[in-house]
Amino acid sequence: MVTASEYLGSYLESFADFERHAAGRGLGWLQALRRDAFARFCEVGFPTTHDEDWRFTNVSEIARTPFRLARNGAAALAASDLEQWRLAGETCLLVFVNGHFSHELSVIDNLPRGMAVGGLAENIRNGDSVLEQHMGRYLNVGRDAFCALNTAFAEDGAFVHIRRGAVIEGAIHLLFVSTGTDVPAMSHPRNLIVAEEDSQAAILEDYVSLGSGVAFCNSATELVASENAVLSHYMIEREHRQTFNISTLRIQQGRSANVASHSVLVGGALVRNNVHPVLAGEGSECLINGLFVGAGRQHIDNYMLVEHASPHCGSRQFYNGILDERAHGVFHGRIIVHKQAQKTDAKQTNRNLLLSDDAQIDTKPQLEIYADDVKCTHGATIGQIEGDALFYLRSRGIDEASARRLLLVAFASECLERMKEDGIREHIERLINDRILQMAAVSSRAMATLEEIA
Amino acid sequence: MSGRKWSERLREQRMSLLEIRNLHANVDGHEILKGINLEVNAGEVHSIMGPNGSGKSTLAQVLARRENFTVTAGEVLFNGKDLLGMKPEEAACEGLFLAFQYPVEIPGISNPYFVRSALNAIRKYRGLDEMDAMDFLPLFREKLKLLEMDEKLMNRSVNEGFSGGEKKRNEILQMAVLEPRLAVLDETDSGLDIDALRIVAAGVNTMRGPERAFIVVTHYQRLLDYIVPDFVHVLVDGRIVRSGGPELALELEEKGYGRVETEVKQSAPAA
Repeated sequence: MVTASEYLGSYLESFADFERHAAGRGLGWLQALRRDAFARFCEVGFPTTHDEDWRFTNVSEIARTPFRLARNGAAALAASDLEQWRLAGETCLLVFVNGHFSHELSVIDNLPRGMAVGGLAENIRNGDSVLEQHMGRYLNVGRDAFCALNTAFAEDGAFVHIRRGAVIEGAIHLLFVSTGTDVPAMSHPRNLIVAEEDSQAAILEDYVSLGSGVAFCNSATELVASENAVLSHYMIEREHRQTFNISTLRIQQGRSANVASHSVLVGGALVRNNVHPVLAGEGSECLINGLFVGAGRQHIDNYMLVEHASPHCGSRQFYNGILDERAHGVFHGRIIVHKQAQKTDAKQTNRNLLLSDDAQIDTKPQLEIYADDVKCTHGATIGQIEGDALFYLRSRGIDEASARRLLLVAFASECLERMKEDGIREHIERLINDRILQMAAVSSRAMATLEEIA
Repeated sequence: MSGRKWSERLREQRMSLLEIRNLHANVDGHEILKGINLEVNAGEVHSIMGPNGSGKSTLAQVLARRENFTVTAGEVLFNGKDLLGMKPEEAACEGLFLAFQYPVEIPGISNPYFVRSALNAIRKYRGLDEMDAMDFLPLFREKLKLLEMDEKLMNRSVNEGFSGGEKKRNEILQMAVLEPRLAVLDETDSGLDIDALRIVAAGVNTMRGPERAFIVVTHYQRLLDYIVPDFVHVLVDGRIVRSGGPELALELEEKGYGRVETEVKQSAPAA
């Protein structure tokens, strides 16, 4: 086990250095926010598997690696490097390289009316009032060390502001690129999305890698959905296999606000995605739709906490996992129904396909209900590719590898069908199809090898 | 065997499509097929009738190469090739089609996409070009109409939310698109009302022809009023005990399986 003293020194150095140069270092409120967060981090340290919320996820590898804040690598990149990740129907593209916003690589022209986007750092410097009003108000740094660490180093990321009544078509694409480094590098992208009353928008957070090298990306997003706002938020994690990616999405929903949160986790060595909506306004609804695909020795941990804090709110949570080879998936689905949240309607489902003997899933629903007039259901399944379905496809002439692939795509499409934004969904469909094609469980090469042995 | 003598006269000119010789098969250690012998030529419709548990479905699934069943003896030639050595997809590409008794639902794969994938797998095997979605659509529509199926079913996942009758019609629709050499219909009539039965039978009948053969596995005689077979075989306890022409089906309905089986035992020489 790694002790705090072994890594705190390095983080103290990084923080001291960071404070000297960070945007907004002169702002009292921000300085206090960062310092309190850093103090909290020092106090609790990285979680261990003795912590209930981290029981199945061992982060000692992160703790013992001497990460330094990543340098801005934007100068080395060209727009053509990013072409592969563009999608149809983008309203704008904001590019962040190792956590730093890059104006040159971003595409923010002809923005529709009613919206403003930019880098967090520049808006901190400009003293944006909406930013000051919301930043840091929702994410709980006491929650875990990663939230604390992100807040301590919070400087840059995306700032998205949708004004009252604005209906934004297309996708607001936030592309986070980590570039190759020779030393282990960390970044703490901090995003703030504020959607005012009656507004509508779709935002995609996309985590990708170029080059190689051990990287630690620790992101946090505060998403404020005001009364009657309708928001779709997507997160794609597709960094290379030497990456540690920890992310937290903290959603605050006002009266009748409707938020759909989709996560697609296919990359990284160790990924932990926290989704935490608080249904604070009466009649608000949220959909949490998660898809994770792991192979090799990937570890993918989905932690979800839905708080029903107001009456008549509804939440539906669906997580589908596909795990192959020695991959390890985790699902922790917490629902808290506060005392005043009468007529809560919450439903949770986690379905998992294990494609190999060594693949593993730990699934844990956790319902804490303090109101007395509620409807809460939860269910989890763990299985393999269904024999009857496989035979049916093969009996029609489809070879075994293709049939397995089709069935995996079918399983994944349960999640894809919940994505209403066509451009984003189609992009994710292609990503998932490619990912499934690569999987050993369906490759004809693997099949041929098995036949040789048999 | 009486079955073989009966058919020999009619078959001199026809091409043998399927030859089953002394087929024994078991599942979970239980022997279900206890020595099946059957010859099916192109152009013929054979019906296999029998009581529940006689092995009708087992025979159908063994032919389609379901892995749960272990063949312990015998051989099967399909188009002159060893069927028992084939994987399910190979048998299908060689031209064998099984209309399932209980078609499975597959959420997440659309009906037309599934059928087109199957068609293209078989076309590829035969050295033909694949059909793209645009070319496939009119073909699929045509077969939907033939089976009097709603176009709305086009957009659904395979068998998802289909009624029993719709599932059975979907099997025949697939058969109509894939154009097999030998179609095995496993109790296609079970659970169908008279209208669905008529539609399914009409679909099958439009596909009868000199190049194609059918094995119609059924418990009830009723289907055979619509799909009139050339030959009827009675399967009891894993063996074909009697074979005859279409009138044998009527005899079965009148007498019941029990009596027919008793008659066979009485007339058979001491084994």
